Amino acid sequence: MLTSLAQAVYLVAAILFVLSLAGLSKQETARRGNLYGIAGMVLALLATIALATDLSERPPVVTLLLIAMALALGAGIGIWRARKVEMTQMPEMIAILHSFVGLAAVLVGFNSFLTEEPDALHLVEVFLGVLIGAVTFTGSIVAFLKLSARIKSAPLMLPGRNWLNLGALVASAGLLAWFLADHSLLPLALMTVVALALGWHLVASIGGGDMPVVVSMLNSYSGWAAAAAGFMLSNDLLIVVGALVGSSGAILSFIMCKAMNRSFVSVILGGFGAEGGKVVAAGDQDYGEHREVSAVEVADMLRDASRVVIAPGYGMAVAKAQYPVADLVAKLRGQGVDVKFAVHPVAGRLPGHMNVLLAEAKVPYDIVLEMDEINDDFADTDVVLVIGANDTVNPSALDDPSSPIAGMPVLEVWKAKQVIVFKRSMATGYAGVQNPLFFRENTAMLFGDAKDQVEQIVAPLAAAV
Amino acid sequence: MRIGVPREQHPGERLVAATPKTVAKLRDLGYEVLVEREAGAAATFTDDAYAAAGAQVVERADVMACDVVTGVHLPTDVEAMRSGSTLVATMAPFADPDLAARLAAYGITALALDAVPRISRAQALDVLSTLSNVAGYRAVIEAAEEFGGMFTGQVTAAGKTPPANVFVIGAGVAGLAALGTASSLGAQVRAFDVRPEVGEQIESMGATFVQAEGASQEVSTDGYARELTSEQERLTAQMYAEQTAWANVVVTTALVRGQAPRTITKDMVEAMTPGSVIVDLAASGGGNCELTVPGERVVSDNGVIILGYTDLPSRMPQHTSQLFGTNVVHLLALLTPGKDGELVLDLDDPVQRGMTVATGGDVTWPPPPVAVSAAPAPVATAPVETPEELAAKKAAAVAAAQRRSRRNGVLAVLGAVLAVVALTAAPASFLSHATVFALAVVVGYYVISNVSHSLHTPLMATTNAISGIILVGALLQIGHSSWVVSTLAFVAATVAAVNIFGGFLVAFRMIHMFRKEA
Repeated sequence: MLTSLAQAVYLVAAILFVLSLAGLSKQETARRGNLYGIAGMVLALLATIALATDLSERPPVVTLLLIAMALALGAGIGIWRARKVEMTQMPEMIAILHSFVGLAAVLVGFNSFLTEEPDALHLVEVFLGVLIGAVTFTGSIVAFLKLSARIKSAPLMLPGRNWLNLGALVASAGLLAWFLADHSLLPLALMTVVALALGWHLVASIGGGDMPVVVSMLNSYSGWAAAAAGFMLSNDLLIVVGALVGSSGAILSFIMCKAMNRSFVSVILGGFGAEGGKVVAAGDQDYGEHREVSAVEVADMLRDASRVVIAPGYGMAVAKAQYPVADLVAKLRGQGVDVKFAVHPVAGRLPGHMNVLLAEAKVPYDIVLEMDEINDDFADTDVVLVIGANDTVNPSALDDPSSPIAGMPVLEVWKAKQVIVFKRSMATGYAGVQNPLFFRENTAMLFGDAKDQVEQIVAPLAAAV
Repeated sequence: MRIGVPREQHPGERLVAATPKTVAKLRDLGYEVLVEREAGAAATFTDDAYAAAGAQVVERADVMACDVVTGVHLPTDVEAMRSGSTLVATMAPFADPDLAARLAAYGITALALDAVPRISRAQALDVLSTLSNVAGYRAVIEAAEEFGGMFTGQVTAAGKTPPANVFVIGAGVAGLAALGTASSLGAQVRAFDVRPEVGEQIESMGATFVQAEGASQEVSTDGYARELTSEQERLTAQMYAEQTAWANVVVTTALVRGQAPRTITKDMVEAMTPGSVIVDLAASGGGNCELTVPGERVVSDNGVIILGYTDLPSRMPQHTSQLFGTNVVHLLALLTPGKDGELVLDLDDPVQRGMTVATGGDVTWPPPPVAVSAAPAPVATAPVETPEELAAKKAAAVAAAQRRSRRNGVLAVLGAVLAVVALTAAPASFLSHATVFALAVVVGYYVISNVSHSLHTPLMATTNAISGIILVGALLQIGHSSWVVSTLAFVAATVAAVNIFGGFLVAFRMIHMFRKEA
């Protein structure tokens, strides 16, 4: 009776989760979506707690106490972190949360092996669940370390790295056979070690700029890990949620890959953007001279402009320049200048990262446009400010078939009358490709810290009002 | 060094070569600036404003004794300048062959602002562009004043009026400015130029590009138009006749090296409707229209008004002086590489060489030609493919696509068969889970595909939170009799709870940051 009731509640929860994700499709419904998700989770937890107390082999009070402690501890840490995290640190936050799902999947998998009858199908489910969970766990930890700059974000280039990955998979297959024959803990534990190493190596060999793909991929893995746990526990709610999350992450990875014109496999195999690795053949080609401007001149140009587009990139997040940028936008809009943002899908280190940063700085979301929405408008634009973006505004992606980023869709900022590039130096971007945009006649460079420079532009504009 | 800004002495000239704003910029370059008393009065810039910008307001003699003198026109008392000093002004060196020798005799270094080579780098100092732009704008304003109708079409309760028809001849800087102004006033604008490459610019300004069949020139190499051959001329004249008859307002801007070719004959004027207006921007070179009197407004026998004003830029002295002064600042910035107030002339620079009429007592006019251009770089033509080759390629592509889709189809069927076989062998409970899984993946695919890009980060936080649902598994294990299992389950439940609470809260925070414009 209670089991059936719990199943019914799970069904309601599953539907609420679907509605939650559906709600996220538009800003107008996103808040409702968030509430649906929370409601679904509350229902699922209540049903589970009732069920767990009922099935408990210990006195129910002890079980309830343990559950309460676990929830209180988790809630304490989770709420503390979530309140404290800055929006620029969101990629790290998301990555570390993935690792928790991975860890939980590994632990639940072991427990499932320890507590349930070892029939072959169940063993395969346990094995796969632990494998995916372990890869997600260490992979996410490495991603977290790279994103929070605790380790270098450059790709780790072990010799024969693809063979190492393949070897790990083959070894896991061998261990699976042993596990099925033996039903013992040892092969499962060995595989866990192999999978942990595989997850570590997989992400360590991917460079910082490919992180949007990696984080989406890990998101997907954490979903599949939950689904695998659902299979081993015969729990449909886990399966549904795992499948939803898994396909969500997979779609995000696909969108990111398409935005970089790279195949998923090539991103996963890693090694792109190696420092000193395959730096472009045409590296010493003469691009001509670049021109510098001062913040005051930029302020003059902006004052005279009627249409301005701002193309932000990871550099804006690094310099935490979103607040002065928002201030600048507010000033310009106050003076009747039409200002829009152009966001490339892979700008930043997380899908949609720029949108969140701009939203945090109170930029209205309806002036933040996607690449496809704004690319045709650059020709009518007076001034484009490129703030901390490089590869996503590189014209050689379209002009130069030999470029490593050839074919990648980019923001066609150079069609505007005047382009101002905010940059710390003339160094190349993530892809190690020189950017001919900097040497165009309608481009001027503004060197220095993006935040300081934007503040210096805002000052004379504010004084003029 | 000291820069002197004299008052212009040509009758009716209201411009001045420096405004208070540009004085400040000249001072930034390290110069001391001396402005003649009342120099900017006609352009609404008072002596006080100059003084406030840091200039010294002095008498003419002091101004002419400066190291650098910058004027709009060649000063009439150029002999008052010191030998070895530099003069920056427009001086029409093309028109006056003796000018260079005269200036060289005084020992003056003379830089002609109206001889800036037409290369992109030099655009910032090209006063001809500046003056033409203003003249083009003003030409339309003058025409609007003379024309007895409205430029924009009107639909009112009292009936409707058609928009004015404006025809612009020559789409140089002045022509483009004129047609842009006319179309923004609401007129129907057509424009013609002998250079076919400007057609795109004409259209981009909102006008229609008219062409005389067979009369278009090759792409020019120096950015200027050339004179036409006789056959081209005949065809063009015919087109002019048709267009002027259509137009209420004609703005003609054809100047070839200071000379005005005849574009509008007396006959054409007679064919125009009374009250129409012709603005002849080439009046300084004699006029494009046969009836033009330079500097005058005349009315033809059939009531067509012909404006031959040559002082259009000076009719808007405030902005024109500002733009002109900025051109001068750009030139001096080029001539003052150290920003230390020391003028350094580099005759190896084609821009500086091109405008130097005389220096150090030597005549340096005319300069060697600079072949540069407004013309696009020659386009490499790809090898042309015959229709057969194209067809073959197309067929091959179609065949490849078919092969691919056939292969994908076979693979899909194969996969389905394998899945069916595997699932048949599996226990019934697994089958129902597999069903749920497959359907959830499909639902997830469609639901997530709709998510707006800007919400991808909140989406990831939410999926993070709900993947903490693995907590359900851990909670069910926590009550197991073995302490090992309980401990593992406890740890799993804790981290999963971090995910749930952290994920939902952070998603909540982000979603609430997004706001639409109030």
